[in-house]
Amino acid sequence: MITLHGATKRYGRTTVLDDVSVSFGGEGITALIGPNGAGKSTLLGLVGRLLHPDAGRVDVDGRDVRSTPSAQLAKTLAVLRQDNHIVARLTVQDIVELGRFPHSRGRLTVADREHIDRAIDYLSLDEYRHRFLDELSGGQRQRAFIAMVLAQDTKYVLLDEPLNNLDLRHMTEIMKLVRRMADELGRRVIVVLHDINFAATYADRIVALRDGRIVADAARDQIMRPDVLRAVYDTTVDVREIDGRPVALYYG
Amino acid sequence: MLTEPTSPPDVAVVTTPPTTSPLTPRAARWWSRWWDRRGLRIALLGVVVVVLAGLYLLTDVPGSLAYALKIRGLTLAAMLVVATAVGVSTVVFHTITQNRILTPSIMGFDAFYLLISTVIVFTAGATSFLRFDPLVLWGIQVAVMVAFSVVLFTWLFGGKRRSIHLMLLVGIVLGTLFRSFTEWMQRMLDPVAFQVLSDAGFASLTRPDRTLLALTAVLVALACAALIPLLPTLDVLTLGEPAAIGLGVSHRRTVMLLFTMVSVMVAASTALVGPILFFGLIVANLAYSYAGTFRHRFTVPTAALLAVICLLGGQLVLERVFAFTATLSTVIEFAGGMFFLTLVLRKGAR
Repeated sequence: MITLHGATKRYGRTTVLDDVSVSFGGEGITALIGPNGAGKSTLLGLVGRLLHPDAGRVDVDGRDVRSTPSAQLAKTLAVLRQDNHIVARLTVQDIVELGRFPHSRGRLTVADREHIDRAIDYLSLDEYRHRFLDELSGGQRQRAFIAMVLAQDTKYVLLDEPLNNLDLRHMTEIMKLVRRMADELGRRVIVVLHDINFAATYADRIVALRDGRIVADAARDQIMRPDVLRAVYDTTVDVREIDGRPVALYYG
Repeated sequence: MLTEPTSPPDVAVVTTPPTTSPLTPRAARWWSRWWDRRGLRIALLGVVVVVLAGLYLLTDVPGSLAYALKIRGLTLAAMLVVATAVGVSTVVFHTITQNRILTPSIMGFDAFYLLISTVIVFTAGATSFLRFDPLVLWGIQVAVMVAFSVVLFTWLFGGKRRSIHLMLLVGIVLGTLFRSFTEWMQRMLDPVAFQVLSDAGFASLTRPDRTLLALTAVLVALACAALIPLLPTLDVLTLGEPAAIGLGVSHRRTVMLLFTMVSVMVAASTALVGPILFFGLIVANLAYSYAGTFRHRFTVPTAALLAVICLLGGQLVLERVFAFTATLSTVIEFAGGMFFLTLVLRKGAR
């Protein structure tokens, strides 16, 4: 499990994450939701050791993130950030190979190559294997990055807004893949999502943040209620049941 | 007016796949398979270097071959060392700063080198500058340049608000400050002292000091050897800091280590021959397209070899074809400037 013990993060005088204690990373998908600036990405940054908490501690499987060697943690925890701008030109195969780095240290063994092939195959990227990332569409590129974290072969996978800039079809495609990763491969996924309907459809548990604090943390049906969503987003959200599933209507 | 005779349609031509190259299909296939093997591409560059070196050493010998070999051998060795240092350091610098249009000179190496020389001439006088033990002078230059650049880099890149733009800006401002300061001191020099300094201001590859050359070669070789185990890590650094950390690279420590290697190589070769950094930009970018991959085990040696070819080829053309005695660095600065502009304009258009 990934556990935050009173984690606090400040930028100057602004407290972005305020004494958060929470534990997640159980089986299935945990969605982090909340308005802009709620501290979702900061929380993910703390867990992924990109940021250091000003107070408190983050544990992964009982070990403090700060004192565990980074190379060792990279075998348990994979992080995919929102912004993946790369200066050099890399092919799909290249970045998936780099995803194996924690295991291979740059020297690919037969086992590493199998992992790479499986990851590429799993995301149906075989025909794009040797294409450069800048020659791919947004959806394909996102799949390539997910193949990279898949090849890293970690227990936990952290995805920071993987649906950014994708169209409807690709959003659905990515979320289905994430669901499959969790169900078939047993990856424990923590994903930051903006569209609460995606969270409600695919996540097992939803953690809602606002102003650097956790305001709700429950299974999806307890979150998908007008009063809860209003408290999270500070705007009126209507929730209707369609085909037995709660759907949030927030289009005005 | 003659009209091209139209040949009757040939069925056989249609069935054979069209080849754009003048080679036969089989030769073209062989060529493309050969070309795909990146190791061989590098080997080809190695061959070019050997040929150029042979041409440089053995052709157009005016008198005793042994004497020519002795003099030219030294220049050749200096070129090899300096070119390797410039090529390798530029590629590494590009990767750790996530950009491809800057060279380590942005850290103010050349401006600082000139400032140090000027301060010495200004305070101690031209005669003592010339009589100065070259070893001591070289040692001071290297130590001060490395210390300065590492401090600047740590401050601007190791801290909380690391930003390439801030580093660029500070680098330019400091470079200008050093240059103005240098100029101000040079104005107050007597003409002889000024002449001595002007010679120091342009890179000169001919007749390097033997001891310094050996020392520089050792430093550059050590830095390159230390770099070899880090090549796979450099590949990961290509992805940027967050992704590299996610893949278990201790980013700050690795980048500081790499930058120290870069500054040692650059400082040592600048102190040996003078400011000669700009062409690193050309060779690094040529290397990226020539190597056809981002993998550093290919791009780094390619950049080093291309740098040697540039220097050696340039020197050959200047010396033998145009019979110029002008320093190669003037040409390099010019070509480098043009190339930089093209790069910036092309990047902007995209």
